[in-house]
Amino acid sequence: MSADPLIRVAGLRKTFGNHRVLDGLDLEVHAGEAVAMLGANGAGKTTLLKILATLVRPTRGTAAVAGHDCARDPEAARPHIGLVAHGAYVYEDLTALENLKFWTTLAGLSPTASALAGALASVELERAADERVRTFSAGMKRRLSLARFVLARPRVLLLDEPFSGLDQRAKKWLEEHLASFKAGGGAILMATHSFGRELAVADRLVILAGGAIALDTPRGSLSPDDVQRLYVVHTEDAP
Amino acid sequence: MTFARRAFIVVWKDLLVERRSKETFNALFFFALLLLFVFQFAVGPDRERLAGTLPGLLWLGFILTGLLGLGRTFVVERENDCWEALRLAPGDKSAIYVGKLAGNLLLMFVVEAILVVLFGIFFNLDLAGVLPALVVVIGLGTVAFAAVGTLFAAMTSQVRARELLFPVLLLPVQAPVLLATVKATEAVLLGEPLGSVAHWLKLLGAADVIFVVVGVLTFDFVLEG
Repeated sequence: MSADPLIRVAGLRKTFGNHRVLDGLDLEVHAGEAVAMLGANGAGKTTLLKILATLVRPTRGTAAVAGHDCARDPEAARPHIGLVAHGAYVYEDLTALENLKFWTTLAGLSPTASALAGALASVELERAADERVRTFSAGMKRRLSLARFVLARPRVLLLDEPFSGLDQRAKKWLEEHLASFKAGGGAILMATHSFGRELAVADRLVILAGGAIALDTPRGSLSPDDVQRLYVVHTEDAP
Repeated sequence: MTFARRAFIVVWKDLLVERRSKETFNALFFFALLLLFVFQFAVGPDRERLAGTLPGLLWLGFILTGLLGLGRTFVVERENDCWEALRLAPGDKSAIYVGKLAGNLLLMFVVEAILVVLFGIFFNLDLAGVLPALVVVIGLGTVAFAAVGTLFAAMTSQVRARELLFPVLLLPVQAPVLLATVKATEAVLLGEPLGSVAHWLKLLGAADVIFVVVGVLTFDFVLEG
């Protein structure tokens, strides 16, 4: 594991009006590491991901991706970030190929036709390349949003409940895809509500409560029951 | 080169989405048709009355259809949170503005061309002789209108009362442009040469340059919120 983390969060605070969502949060995620983030609704998981994705500015503290401060220098951080949030970031009236061409060109890349086809093949959408996204399932849209990162090659993936709405086959595919990304030296920070199989890709579990990290532990051989027990212990007294 | 490619891909995407959905164009076309019926009933067959009101009616048609079209500029970006992805795209965001503006201009020019033809048919006018001069005035006025409209559409796209806020913000800023376009159009329709309205054309040209430059320079801040 390299000394410099790809994600570094220090003393992070975020308030919305009088409501303090994050309060002095510290976190590091290194290259080749995946961290799963658990927490109740409103614990600040999505807010943390959006701060790291440069979409929301922190009230205090620092958040950096690949050494670039997300608030002060978002343009430098963005090429290193791949965000998969609740929206799939796709246009329903474009085909899969057209969507991929649009987003990669907008990102300043010049993908060839074979590179675009290869990216779609890597997310198993080659047969649906010329179909409009309007006809896609949630899983297919999720895969299409990940296809962008095959070409853009970000170093960090920020995932907000990436397994929700996926069938078993799509979940298995996503697990394998994330494991491959991790093995390639990428860092993953994933918000989830799942205690089970979806955590398999994670090397560490963190539990957010009261705006800070209540628990940061290696996933090791924790069973879903162990995770659930830890979750209850660390979130039941949270405000 | 990258800037041009990025701007072009935005135009390409918007036109492709519009060609397939036809949501904006169909709405604008039928709205324009409806306006013309209302105008014809209001003005009647009186030629003198028509001569005095035609420039205003023509631009009223352009503005009302333009407000509808421009207001929808970023509606497609709300689908699947694409607005967030636009913000996350690395690189100069003004390319997105230029692409959106070009797409809006293309759509507005098509609708305006249809409106001019329909005006000729509905009011039994022979516009062939004044068409080149009319195109110049309409072109200059439309660029200014679309440049500010595209920027304000982005500004209001993420607020709750956007449909209300958009025209309330846009129309006061457009007042000098509208004055110039209506006056220049009036002179052109009366058969006067473009030289006689050079002062209005200079104002429109200056407004075009200023509005486009302001849009390019400020779009990044607008997008970042």
